[in-house]
Amino acid sequence: MSQHYPVLLVTVPLLSAFIISGLSWVKKSLCFPVALVALGTSVFCAIGLLFKVLDVGVVEYHMGGWMPPWGIAYRIDLLNALVLVAVSSVALVNLVAAHKSVQRDFPEKKGIFYALYVLFAMGLMGITVTGDVFNLYVLLEIASLTAYALIALGKPDRAPLASLNYVFIGTVGACFYLLGIGYLYIMTGSLNMADIASLLPPIYHSKAVLVAFIFCMVGVCIKMAFFPLHTWLPNAYTYAPNPASSVIAPLMTKVMVYVMIRLVFSVFLPDFSFHVLHIGPALVWLACLAIIMGSLLALTQRNLKKMLTYIIVSEIGYMVGGLWLGNRLGMSGAILHILNDAIMTLCLFLAVGNIAYKVKQVGFEDLKGLFRKMPVTMAGFVAGALSVIGVPPTCGFFSKWYLISGAIQAGQYGFMAALLFSSLINIVLFFRVIEIAYFEPMNPLHGVAPKRGIIEEVPLSMLIPLLLVAVSLIVVGIYSGTIVNHIIVPVLPKGIG
Amino acid sequence: MEALIHHVVGKYNYWLYIILMMIGLYAMIAKNNLIKKLVGMNIFQTAIILFYVSIGCKKGATIPIIEEHAGMGEHAIRVADYINPLPHVLMLTAIVVSVSTFGVALALAVKIYQQYKTLEEDEILMRLREK
Repeated sequence: MSQHYPVLLVTVPLLSAFIISGLSWVKKSLCFPVALVALGTSVFCAIGLLFKVLDVGVVEYHMGGWMPPWGIAYRIDLLNALVLVAVSSVALVNLVAAHKSVQRDFPEKKGIFYALYVLFAMGLMGITVTGDVFNLYVLLEIASLTAYALIALGKPDRAPLASLNYVFIGTVGACFYLLGIGYLYIMTGSLNMADIASLLPPIYHSKAVLVAFIFCMVGVCIKMAFFPLHTWLPNAYTYAPNPASSVIAPLMTKVMVYVMIRLVFSVFLPDFSFHVLHIGPALVWLACLAIIMGSLLALTQRNLKKMLTYIIVSEIGYMVGGLWLGNRLGMSGAILHILNDAIMTLCLFLAVGNIAYKVKQVGFEDLKGLFRKMPVTMAGFVAGALSVIGVPPTCGFFSKWYLISGAIQAGQYGFMAALLFSSLINIVLFFRVIEIAYFEPMNPLHGVAPKRGIIEEVPLSMLIPLLLVAVSLIVVGIYSGTIVNHIIVPVLPKGIG
Repeated sequence: MEALIHHVVGKYNYWLYIILMMIGLYAMIAKNNLIKKLVGMNIFQTAIILFYVSIGCKKGATIPIIEEHAGMGEHAIRVADYINPLPHVLMLTAIVVSVSTFGVALALAVKIYQQYKTLEEDEILMRLREK
């Protein structure tokens, strides 16, 4: 059984998505339990795989028994085992939290929502688990197409337009990636990552390999909303329905950062990316720009959800910059930040979802007096905010610490300054929100105007996931030393200083 | 001059796919109508499909159906006699992807039309600014 974990992880949600869309015609109330079971199985398989990889090393799974260069191989090392656990658990936790608000906001589209949701999670897990570059493209498009549809489920005045914008730019990104692997195929005749990596070194100086690298990287950068290419992200995530945005925002961009790391580590190899091309410093400077511009643009927003989307843009800069610092500390920071950022973005978006469930809107003026109305939700929000700022017991501090130490070691003081600047801006951003929610008097226009001092919290099925995520921020923070030493350091390629 | 002609004619498939791709990209950037943008996007994807199909081609080769039974043939199969079918098979998947992207995008365009009663981008943006 356990040797089939890699494939069960993907096929169980894939088949369940079909079952759910069938059930939506017959019995809508069964859709949620089936989705829950499917993603539960994925979480179980992902955790099982992580322990197996810790135990015996790299796990390979050959689809249908075809051997690697010809067949599709799933290859799981510690890096994707860690990302898999993060992706599957975020998807499961958010599914539980989404139930009530899906029930209330679009009950007639419930079946479609859960089918798309499970398919989206399956696409992301497939991207993470696969060892084949073309398979990665197909799964990337599955995840993107479901994300377009999920975003379009939002309010009809803006969501379809934002989603269509995302379709245009996202398709160009995926096409660039496809072109890049086309050039790799011309040069090596192979689509298997390990096989390409073994065939590339003698032809490192070929122009076609350089073009392949550029196309792949630009494609991935578009998909992850790296700063100058980020324009699709804020609107798409803001106008998406809350239960959908709180799974797309933490996962989609983070998985794309994983793809970039995977391409650098196991397809082009660090030797090519860092020593032959020398583009590390340039990309670190671009990352600085992403961090600073993301923070400044966040500062101009008067809507909580839109502000968070710009914070995602600047967090992408953290991870890309950390990777291209080219040393062990920076890379550890980048990989740890994939996990941490997934958790803290989920925490903040769950809190926004809870607020929107009670208050309908999340403009700054709607937040007045929320600490009295929804104390538990706001406590969760503060936990997420502290983690994004980087206050010590929370996990955000530790990845930022690794990134800053990496920047100092690499002599990239600009990156260090950008990180510190963004932390300061984050303090302003979040304390402005906390101040409005704590000190300003209650807004009488909140939904059904409540009496002063009366607590009106969301249902428990939305509160418990938020609290669970808020606690996990601190738990992951405390154990981040263990995670780095046992999971992240062993996957870093040899020959990196 | 002769070298340049040789360069262009000898690698005409690459030139064609790049020209087609740029036509698609131009339509996506410059056209005002959302459906025209969508068609541009489809041209962009088709260009990449043609690129893949063309790289499987070999001069003087035939379709990859091997006539001799395994082990019965007098001489070993010569790879140069058969075109490479793998890029073509990959493109079957890519065609499915591009058709479904187009479908999703058209469905979104319908929703946008229902909301704004127009598909011209400048008019939609004007409506949004008025709010």
